[in-house]
Formats: sequence, C-alpha cells, structure tokens
Amino acid sequence: MAHFEKSNGIVDWLDQRLAIKKFMQVMMTQYWIPKKINFLWAMGVILLTMFAILFITGLLLVMYYKPDVALAFDSVNKTIMQEVEYGWLWRHMHGVAASVVFLVMYIHLLTGIYYGSYKKGREIIWISGMVLFVLFSAEAFSGYMLPWGQMSYWAAMVITNLFGGIPFIGPELVEWIRGDYAVGDATLNRFFMLHVCLLPIVVIAFVAIHFYALRFPHVNNEIAEEIDFDLEAEKYLAGKKKEAKVISFWPDFLCKDIFYVCLFMIFYFYLVCFHYDFAMDPINFEPANALKTPPHIYPEWYFLWSYEILRGFSYEVGLACFGIAQVIFFVLPFLDRSNVVAPAHKRGAFFVWFWLLVIDMIVLTIYGKLPPVGINNTIATIASVTFLALLIVVLPVITLMERKAK
Amino acid sequence: MASRRSFMGFTLGAAAAVGGVFTLVGMKKTWDPLPSVKAAGFTTVDLSPLADGELRTVEWRKKPIFILKKSSDMEQSNTDIIAGDARYTVVIGLCTHLGCIPAYHSADKEFVCACHGGKFNVSGKNMSGPPPKPLEIPPFSIDGTKLVLGEVGKEYEEIMKNVGKA
Ligand code: FES
Repeated sequence: MAHFEKSNGIVDWLDQRLAIKKFMQVMMTQYWIPKKINFLWAMGVILLTMFAILFITGLLLVMYYKPDVALAFDSVNKTIMQEVEYGWLWRHMHGVAASVVFLVMYIHLLTGIYYGSYKKGREIIWISGMVLFVLFSAEAFSGYMLPWGQMSYWAAMVITNLFGGIPFIGPELVEWIRGDYAVGDATLNRFFMLHVCLLPIVVIAFVAIHFYALRFPHVNNEIAEEIDFDLEAEKYLAGKKKEAKVISFWPDFLCKDIFYVCLFMIFYFYLVCFHYDFAMDPINFEPANALKTPPHIYPEWYFLWSYEILRGFSYEVGLACFGIAQVIFFVLPFLDRSNVVAPAHKRGAFFVWFWLLVIDMIVLTIYGKLPPVGINNTIATIASVTFLALLIVVLPVITLMERKAK
Repeated sequence: MASRRSFMGFTLGAAAAVGGVFTLVGMKKTWDPLPSVKAAGFTTVDLSPLADGELRTVEWRKKPIFILKKSSDMEQSNTDIIAGDARYTVVIGLCTHLGCIPAYHSADKEFVCACHGGKFNVSGKNMSGPPPKPLEIPPFSIDGTKLVLGEVGKEYEEIMKNVGKA
C-alpha cells in the first residue's frame, strides 16, 4: 500500500485518497477556455442546468406518478396537480424545462454549425452531442406518454406504428415494442422504465463523454482561431493574464456563464409562472381513448420539422426521408468537405447555406403544425426536398468548391 | 504457452457468445405480449341487429373494428364478408397510414381519416391521400349470424386469397 501521512485537514485527507486537488485542476482551474467567445457558448452550461432541473423535478414527480393505464391520468392531473403540495410547480417546471431544453439545444447545435465547431479535431464532440440530441428526443417522447392523455396515447400509437414501415418484420416488431396488440399497459410501463431509468443513465454517460471530448481539441472560438493552448496556459499561469488568449474555466469563465444562466432562468421562470401551458397540449387533458382519435395529431413544437418531412412525401418515401433527417446531422463533419474552420460569415456560400437551412427548418416547423390540406401539402413537399437537398447535395458541393478555391 | 492462452481466450469468447445469445432470447421474450393479453384476443359479435347501411364499431384487441352492413346501392367487393344473405365490410378501423381512426361519413359513403386526409371507400379500399393500402381485415370466422374476431375461419382464408389475387 502506498504511504499515507497524517493529514493536516479534511481537504488534505481527501486529497491523499482521491487526488481531489488534481481533479479540480483538470476539471476547473486549469481547464482552458478561449477568451474570444460570445454568449452563444453559454448554452452548454444552460443545458446542464436544465438537465439538473429536469432530474430533480422528475424525482419529485415520480414519487406520486403511477404507471398504470387506469391510474396514470389521475395520478398526474389529480394527485400531483391538486393534492401534492407544490406538485403543480414541479410538474410545470418539468414540462417547461423539457420544452425549452430543445430550444437551447437547437441554438447550441446551430452555433456549432455556424462557427464550424464540428470540424477536424472536434468530430467526436459533435457526434456525442448529436447522440445526446437523439437521447433527449427519446426521453422527451417517453415522458410525453406518461400522463396518458389523448395526445400521449395517439403520439405513442403513431410513433410505434412507424416501426411497422420496416420491411418484413414491421408488424411483428410493432406488437413486440408495444407488448400488446395496441398501445396499452405494457407499453406505458416500458416507456416509464425508459424515461426514469435507462435513458437518464445513458444521457448522463453521454454528457460525460461530451465533456471529455472537449479536453483535447478544446472549445472553438468566435473567430475560429487555432490557439496553442499549452503556450497560452503558460502565460496565464505566469500571471500574464491579460496577454494570454485563454482563461481558466473556474473561476474566471464560469462567472460569465452563470450570468447567462441567470438571464435564462428569468425567461424560464417567466414561462413556468405565466405561460406553462405552452408546453401542455390541451388535448392531453382528456384521458386516453383507444377508440377515438383527436381530429388533428401533431407532436410538440421541437419535433414538428422532422414530422413535416415525414408527411411531406407518400408513406414509404416519407418514412425513409424521416429516417434520413434523424441521422443526417450526425455525418455533418463528413458532408462538409472543406478544411476551413471559420465562422459562416467568412465563408460566403456557406453563410447563405446556413441561413437557408435555418429558414427551411422554420418553415417546416410552422407547416408541421398546420393540418395537411391543399397548399400546405405542396409547401411541405418543397420544404422537405429543400432540407434534404441542402444537406446532401448543396453542402458537399459548396465545401468542395471552397476546397478548390484554396 | 501462447496456444494455451489463446485457447483460454477462445473458450471465454465462446462461453460469452452462448450466454449472450440466451440472454437476448430471454429479453426478447420478456418484451413479448403476455399470455393473458393473447388469450383476451377473441371477440364475438352478433350481426343480425344491424340495419342496412349501418356502421357499428366494436373493440377487438384494443383496436376499433368497423362493421358495415352494405345496402344494395353500395359497391360490392371480393373482400366483402357474406353472412346469411347480407354483405358486410369488416375492417380494422385504423388508418393504414399512421394508425389514426378514420370517421365514417354516411352521406358520402366513405371513411375519412382526419389526420392526413386519407380516404377509403365503403369496402375499405384506399381512394386518396397518403394511406398506402386498404384498411386491414382482421382474422375472423363466421358462425351463423355471429362473427368471431381473432379466429381464422375458412371465409377469412377465402378473402385473403382474393386479396392476394387482386
Ligand atoms: S393516419 Fe390516416 S391519413 Fe395519416
């Protein structure tokens, strides 16, 4: 066994056993952040805060929630909302956080695209981030089912039905996933398991991977400057803090991040207190009914764009395009063939491409909510084709040209 | 020495693979529908009280089943179920697009799915909109004027043969 000395205090005692001082250096005081970054880089910490809120409010809710088709609706809408003290608050905080977390995630994602933060050296950060996005989507969907209202039920029906489109094994697969001939008690319970146990564990694991992936390439910066972090860190440690292009994560950087978190919290609690209903579909306040479909089914706002791609085409094609849309962002580092790491406004055609993509996704989102009749269908198809073309065709071409020009 | 090590490695790999396969089979079965769910999969419906042109919806395996007694002015189809001297359309009332429940509009004599505007005719055939195929016919058998859903009878097999040909 290694040699242990009599410690001169609790910190030292822990340090001898857990190397906490070294750990703090690596995680906080000697984790280097470039100085030239703007508020968009605060989204990561905001997301982490949101996740913490979701986790804690979720724990409080799960103490009263009952995953049983006969009890679920009342356990949410009666017990938690009316009987449990502050139950309403936890529920609204949970619901609103689940919704805004996607808003922040989209900003985070688009920031990454805008500044080229997915490129050479940072691919794993990007991919682990996309995995997190998919996990959050699964988490959001499985959670949406739990109150067992009409929209919960029919969303579950439609989403599980999607697997029926897989050739050969489709119909059996759907029955297997549901554990019943239609969405039922078995389905509710397995989604409950996913929502409160399996997915959170995997999310936490990927958050860790996502952070760890930042260690070597470090975060990008506003001008996509390549920084020699060792050199700059040396300057910083030598006391030339002004000269150094980097600062330490703690205490220097985090205070700025915390400031943005505070601003965001004002927005968040404004929603929780005055507009909690924006994350709650009125149809979901009707108990699930297997024999009556709501007249118009649509997902929460953050899924509308991909839902619209599904609807934009005939059944099989729509399903295939929907599948592609789910995974296309994963391969972004490989679709972008240019080595230039620079913010979009320094890349001409790429800049135009970026904003076209954003506009197209907004159009898809708006039309995803509208009923699919008449002109809406035409717009859906055009916008969906545009989306796929932008990513699969236009982006590689633009970036190839960029490469040639260099 | 090296070969002994590689033998150990091989044995370990093989044992892990066999164990893994058994585990996966076990997990798959855990997710399968329970026996009680499967056993409750039969429903009997008496067809005699239905009037011409009347639609009745019954529940079978948690799915709505449309039973439409065809009146003489309605299209005849080789998927019709004949019981006594009447023809019926018996279909699972879930749109073949994404599984919404279409509503029957008796004036237009069609099933309309509000979700994405799919339309089916009185025989359950998809006429327009995104649904890729006709409404599905549940397995059934006929016993006089009684319809037993969930049991494969010879009338069902006959219809499925027609569908295969069509
Ligand atoms: S579910 Fe019926 S048309 Fe889409």
